[in-house]
Amino acid sequence: MALPTYAGPLERTWYYGFRIFCGLIFFFLMAPILVIIPLSFNVQPYFTYTREMLTLDPAGFSMRWYNAFWNSTAWMNAIRNSLIVGVSATLIATVLGTLAALGLSRREMPFRGLIMGLLISPMIVPLIISAAGMFFFYSSVGLAGTFPGVILAHAALGTPFVIITVTATLVGFDHSLTRAAASLGASPATAFRKITMPLILPGVISGALFAFITSFDEIVIVLFLAGVEQRTIPREMWSGIRESISPTILAVATILVMFSIALLTTIELLRRRSERLRGMAPQ
Amino acid sequence: MVTADGVPLKIALARAERRRRLTAFLLVAPLLAFIVITFIVPIGQMMWRSVDNPIVVATLPQTIEALGEWDGQDLPSENVYAALVSDLVAAQANRTVGQLAIRMNYEFSGARSLFAGLARRGDDMQAPFREAVIEENDRWGDPAVWQILQREGRPYTAAYYVSAVDLRYNDQGEIERQAPNQRIYVALFLRTLALSVAITCTTLLLGYPIAFLLASLPMRTSNLLMIFVLLPFWTSLLVRTTAWIVLLQQQGVINDILVWLGLISNNGRVLMIHNAFGTIVAMTHILLPFMVLPLYSVMKGISPSYMRAARSLGANNWTAFWKVYMPLTVPGIGAGAILVFIISIGYYITPALVGGQSGQMISNLIAFHMQNSLNWGLAAALGTILLVGVLILYWTYSRIVGIDKVKLG
Repeated sequence: MALPTYAGPLERTWYYGFRIFCGLIFFFLMAPILVIIPLSFNVQPYFTYTREMLTLDPAGFSMRWYNAFWNSTAWMNAIRNSLIVGVSATLIATVLGTLAALGLSRREMPFRGLIMGLLISPMIVPLIISAAGMFFFYSSVGLAGTFPGVILAHAALGTPFVIITVTATLVGFDHSLTRAAASLGASPATAFRKITMPLILPGVISGALFAFITSFDEIVIVLFLAGVEQRTIPREMWSGIRESISPTILAVATILVMFSIALLTTIELLRRRSERLRGMAPQ
Repeated sequence: MVTADGVPLKIALARAERRRRLTAFLLVAPLLAFIVITFIVPIGQMMWRSVDNPIVVATLPQTIEALGEWDGQDLPSENVYAALVSDLVAAQANRTVGQLAIRMNYEFSGARSLFAGLARRGDDMQAPFREAVIEENDRWGDPAVWQILQREGRPYTAAYYVSAVDLRYNDQGEIERQAPNQRIYVALFLRTLALSVAITCTTLLLGYPIAFLLASLPMRTSNLLMIFVLLPFWTSLLVRTTAWIVLLQQQGVINDILVWLGLISNNGRVLMIHNAFGTIVAMTHILLPFMVLPLYSVMKGISPSYMRAARSLGANNWTAFWKVYMPLTVPGIGAGAILVFIISIGYYITPALVGGQSGQMISNLIAFHMQNSLNWGLAAALGTILLVGVLILYWTYSRIVGIDKVKLG
């Protein structure tokens, strides 16, 4: 919607005004994330820009908080715990979710609406309610304060994302391909491995990434269900914000921003690949 | 007609069809079992807890049975008092008096010491028990206490819901409104609704223009600008909340800039965090992508020729937008607004960190009753009310958008 050359002054003002307004909104979206990155290199233990930082004096910057992060057993344990919980929950969610998506996208699936509703429900129910319910139930069966408890809870939260992404890939899936494989003598398992799996793989991987980030970023369930042994990165940030405020959490935050950039790029590349494989025009 | 092995075609077909249905179901079954056990059952159990009332009847079985014959007017008979003493002595022996006292304290203040005191002294008491018990604490001579005991001696209770909506039982056992200084929950539900509406409005106000811009720019540019929406979406929630604390706090970046610009004095730094304002700003930022993405996908599907047709028929820019483009985006507005509203109404983390007093929402109180006051029945009742609200909204959402058409990223 480029501005036509014959546009009047009013139209011109409106056009540029609108662009400036949009620019401000983009600024609102990005500024908070960008503002914390330089602060994580602050020499001072404050959350504010010092005079040295503003004049770009090297003395105002340091890797102090990154060192504090690397040398802190609490943070290193948190990373380890986040990875243990995230990877295990993702594996469970991806395997079960992919199987279920394959079943759900079959024409013959009975009670599809009801079952879909039940399976998606962990995504809809407010986290505080899930956390409360799981806290009561998991304590009564002795799973509260254990890794299996947190992993099962996170796996339940992650499955809706796997189902949604994999069913979305299966929408464009040409079922005559598996029939062709079968007619050429492939067993259902071979047909799945050689034909179906490579085609739905982008959906499976992006679903797995969604499930992983859900677990990796999840805090409410962890607050209620996890013990000291299962403190994850968000849990450590939570106490960092509430109790001992130190720029170490800004260093962690910066690392997490880099992590989400990597994740965003992966998802975008997967999406393009999926569209190419399914013969859709690249956007 | 028969198949090659002699089975009638109709039966063979039905059998094949049944086998296919079974295969489909077996693929879904593991996850269904998993979700039911790890998620549905816990939620159901929590809802159950909001009406479940086992403690009183389990700790005072004889008393509750004897109270069954009481007419509720005068003081109960001697054998009710005798049963109470005997129950409390037994409860003292197996250490269940504590939870009974806590449970009854939800119903009236002073119940804790009333029950615990009698349980301690019960061993030395002699008949007639009525006089002895009333002498120990004269509140046992108050029929209101016995009415509460009779009411809460049932295995199910509505008491948690009664307190969750700021009602209470008066001395006659009728339901009335809480004293004005005791009313918390209705006001908090209303504030949660008000904050959610405010957040929905600000996300719509900010989300609509950029969704419009993204949908109308050429693909290359809009893909680039989309990163500005998607990066916050993918960034950890706690990182974004931390960022807003850094920006908004009194010694924070925005206040520093305002002081440096000379707009405010160093002593007059603005309070922007730990209040409703902080909650709204931070949550608008966090939920904006949930508004932009559905709006964008609807706007992407609107052909630009509609606007051109409107212009060629003599509409000015504004009329063309308002009469033609805007109505076409209503499904997107509805989807985005309900999505943002559903998410914000149950939000916990951000209000807990930046909300202070005035920015607290109902989930924060549920967490408080779960972790601090340990009134789990009340937490469950508040949670159930919230859950029912969200499910109704979600049902509306799925009527508008469709349950499996939720777009991600």
